[in-house]
Amino acid sequence: MTPILECRALAKVYSGRRALAGINLTVNRGRIVGLLGPNGSGKTTMIKLASGLLTPTSGEILIDGKRPGVQTKRQVSYLPERTYLENWMTVDEMLHFFSDFYDNFNLPKAAEMLQRLGIQPGDRLKTMSKGTKEKVQLILVMSREADLYLLDEPIGGVDPAARDYILHTIISNYNENATVLISTHLISDVEPVLDDVIFINQGYIALTESVDDIREQQGKSVDALFREVFRC
Amino acid sequence: MNWDLKSDRPIYAQLIEQMELRIVAGIYQAGERLPAVRDMAAQAEVNPNTMQKALAELERRGLVYTQRTSGRFITEDREMIRKLRDLLAKTQVEEFLEKMRSLGFSGQEIRQMMEQVLEGTEK
Repeated sequence: MTPILECRALAKVYSGRRALAGINLTVNRGRIVGLLGPNGSGKTTMIKLASGLLTPTSGEILIDGKRPGVQTKRQVSYLPERTYLENWMTVDEMLHFFSDFYDNFNLPKAAEMLQRLGIQPGDRLKTMSKGTKEKVQLILVMSREADLYLLDEPIGGVDPAARDYILHTIISNYNENATVLISTHLISDVEPVLDDVIFINQGYIALTESVDDIREQQGKSVDALFREVFRC
Repeated sequence: MNWDLKSDRPIYAQLIEQMELRIVAGIYQAGERLPAVRDMAAQAEVNPNTMQKALAELERRGLVYTQRTSGRFITEDREMIRKLRDLLAKTQVEEFLEKMRSLGFSGQEIRQMMEQVLEGTEK
């Protein structure tokens, strides 16, 4: 089967500064993968290339064997680091916005999850706390029946209870043939839900391995290994 | 009973151990149907693939079996569960003895200490 995400000598240069230095990478289906690296290592660039918001400087990135485009946008559900939703929007408006955009958006499911959190259809984004905003956006993104979920820092800046909720939502909502790519540097929080990790550093892939293999072979957590690999 | 997962060992191996504990302790009864993998994973807050891997290993060991249409069940073989209970207990005792010996206790002293403490807790 075609891997859901494949990078071949993928490079991205921003006005002279190299963000990705020609990486080769294969991500298979049905996995929850952590894209881990320090700030400025290329995580967001990689996710934006996969979602089609950026184009490669050289090399290529393939989603289900295809270059990012109209078809892949249907297959990819992307949670950006910063929201693209307007502050004045109500929950109900956001639900219909998503429903209009994506034919694979499961509106009843999203509405039910929001209701369970006590979020009212008339609530506006701007009146919500940071943690609630993150939860709402995650619910929208995870309620699409996609093949690849790209989550850019989904748990950054929210309290531990909200983190638990978000991780719980991720593991209980992705379908088993879909892949979830989570970029973060909050490793110890995400570690128990990951199958595999990709360490990225200064535009290079430093390591790709399964979490259980790291623990088995190194006798330490991914978090501990990360601290070693990226010691400042 | 909470899922207590340490960060320095493979998660699936720890899930296997904790499932064994639950079976031996009767939290999961012989012949009982297990919840869906996804629900068990969500409860333990781990990846469903990892839970699946742990359950597959328990199945290989015969503690769990799958019925094609109706799900996964704990074995009905009570003898097997009893043996597992003994084995887990033996491991605990061995670990305990090792620690006591490292404190310089002889076999005789360990027995005495055990009896003393046991009497204390049984009152």
